[in-house]
Amino acid sequence: MKYLDEYRDAEGARKYAAALARITTKPWTIMEVCGGQTHAIIKYGIDTLLPEGVTLAHGPGCPVCVTPVELINKAIEIAARPNVIFCSFGDMLRVPGTERDLFAVKAQGGDVRIVYSPMDAVELAKKNPDREVVFFAVGFETTAPANAMAVFRAAQEGVKNFSILVSHVLVPPAMEAVLSSPQNRVQGFLAAGHVCTVMGYEEYPPIAARYRVPVVVTGFEPLDILQGIYMVVKQLEEGRAEVENQYARSVRKEGNRPAIDMIQRVFTIVPRKWRGVGEIPHSGLGLREEFKAFDAETRFGVADQTAEESGECISGLILQGIKKPSDCPAFGVRCTPEKPLGATMVSSEGACAAYYRYRAGS
Amino acid sequence: MHTTCPIPISDYPTVTLAHGGGGALTHQLIDKMFRAAFTNPLLDAGHDGAVFQVPEERMALTTDSYVVCPLFFPGGDIGSLAVNGTVNDLAMCGAKPLYLTLGMILEEGLPMETLWRVVQSIQYAAAEADVRIVTGDTKVVDRGKGDGVYLNTAGVGVLATEQDIGPSCIEPEDVILLSGDIGRHGIAIMAVREGLEFESEIQSDCAPVVEPVLKLLKEGIAIHSLRDLTRGGLASALVEHARAAGARLQVEEAAIPVREDVRGACEILGLDPMYVANEGRFMVVVPGDQSERALQVMRACAVSAESVRIGTVESRERPVVHLKSRIGSLRIVDMLSGEQLPRIC
Repeated sequence: MKYLDEYRDAEGARKYAAALARITTKPWTIMEVCGGQTHAIIKYGIDTLLPEGVTLAHGPGCPVCVTPVELINKAIEIAARPNVIFCSFGDMLRVPGTERDLFAVKAQGGDVRIVYSPMDAVELAKKNPDREVVFFAVGFETTAPANAMAVFRAAQEGVKNFSILVSHVLVPPAMEAVLSSPQNRVQGFLAAGHVCTVMGYEEYPPIAARYRVPVVVTGFEPLDILQGIYMVVKQLEEGRAEVENQYARSVRKEGNRPAIDMIQRVFTIVPRKWRGVGEIPHSGLGLREEFKAFDAETRFGVADQTAEESGECISGLILQGIKKPSDCPAFGVRCTPEKPLGATMVSSEGACAAYYRYRAGS
Repeated sequence: MHTTCPIPISDYPTVTLAHGGGGALTHQLIDKMFRAAFTNPLLDAGHDGAVFQVPEERMALTTDSYVVCPLFFPGGDIGSLAVNGTVNDLAMCGAKPLYLTLGMILEEGLPMETLWRVVQSIQYAAAEADVRIVTGDTKVVDRGKGDGVYLNTAGVGVLATEQDIGPSCIEPEDVILLSGDIGRHGIAIMAVREGLEFESEIQSDCAPVVEPVLKLLKEGIAIHSLRDLTRGGLASALVEHARAAGARLQVEEAAIPVREDVRGACEILGLDPMYVANEGRFMVVVPGDQSERALQVMRACAVSAESVRIGTVESRERPVVHLKSRIGSLRIVDMLSGEQLPRIC
């Protein structure tokens, strides 16, 4: 398949691994920001092809994983109401809230539906004018344009029974949070290719300069990731800290302008709580005042609820690249995909899920 | 639709509760629609059950229920699925399917036309698989309590071999063969259910796989194990084998055929074709020195014309499935805890 097979080629992988081994003289720790990259790394065993000393730290770029438990609880409470059709991407349904997950709500009679696009939820609202349709708007900059468009359309068309439960987070503030942590060991970044497809990469030079870290915008196929790692290591070995673009077939410096405009039209930057990490200033998106009528938290009166994370789960440390799933004493024992302690074990982009699915028992 | 016979019941446009009440309308439905379509001496005897002579060989018995939504999908429908699914389970036992039972749970209000399409599809699939429907049951549930039609079929077959077939029979150096490309049924269903559109319509692989299995046995291939790939896909079938036999299996990702359109759909949705459902594919484990001949036999049958060798049984030290990825690294393949869910981004 074009654009896939050429980036999954064994010969190419061997060549990149050899080139990387030739230029590496010191140990380096590199963080791949995006959970999609984490999965590709573990699925293809890319970490096993790296020279000794080059370590990958798995980053916070899994939207399901970083959604705090209190938002899951709010989703569950709204979804359980009799007049609500609660729409979500499939990934969110298995994420544990304090007492249950959205699958349990569905089993107990809640109308919880998996949709593929937020626009489907708007259509549902139009078809069911006597019911409240709520969409769980989770994600990074990648899903924000479509979610913004859904609200924008609903406003334009006067769809009053539609609202979104917003849990949008942003990548650059999370990278800064990782870098400013006293426990940080990350020396370079593979930036998330799809986030940059939307946003471009003009936000990254200040981070690269301030923290002296190379940032390479990287794709998701095995050879993309190997090339991205090679470019970061090359910069580190040469003492450079610049922003480079490995994923040029998808990412332009200025990003996708109409998508950015739509995000800015509907959303504004707000502080957000990250699961296991806590509140990070300017790290999320919330609805602008003129679209507040579409805010499910206000509509259903759940805005003030708070909740604490499970004590045993170390997903906060995993999401900051400080620990690996295999460092967790509960991993595979008290925490499995069937009985997860945290979201990182159930999300298709979660680091714990990747280790469990592709590594457990090997 | 395979046939276009006119609907035999015209006075009732939809199924009513009375059609399941055991009275005149039930009998009319059975006589005019079911018995007319499925006619054979055992069914036509009209008893409470079918009475037949048991052969001397060992027999296989299986049952399965079918609740697929939508009822009709590209490449098949609930009727063909209910015949092929049960027939294939018998084939996986190394049996030649003989008879099926047919239990129907119909929802009040089901258009009679829809029921007729399903019945004709069952008739056609049974003829194609050379199996007879010899007894059945019909119930009607209140509107809203079913998805139109639920079917249950049980099947009996006579074993075409003396040898034991099953995961516990596999041995190191055995070869794992796959009867064709994977993932089509699951993606075809998902495309209809979710209104996803692709450049070309993806058809389910729903088909009976009896012919290649019986030919393998007839050719004297010492089949160690057989498994049809249904829910859970190829990955789950491999893992079940590894666990049941306590064996390490290794398969090559690049050897597993997945059609371009199915791969594309999986890439977009974030699904792994290894876990996507099939309804006309099976894996077979044979001794290494018979694998080439087995492949030739399988490739000579239309339903398994694209058969390939995908891997080997490595050892019986520990139960694990290893997959050699396209870039040459090795990883484990495990079962999923539930259904695969499309990812967020």
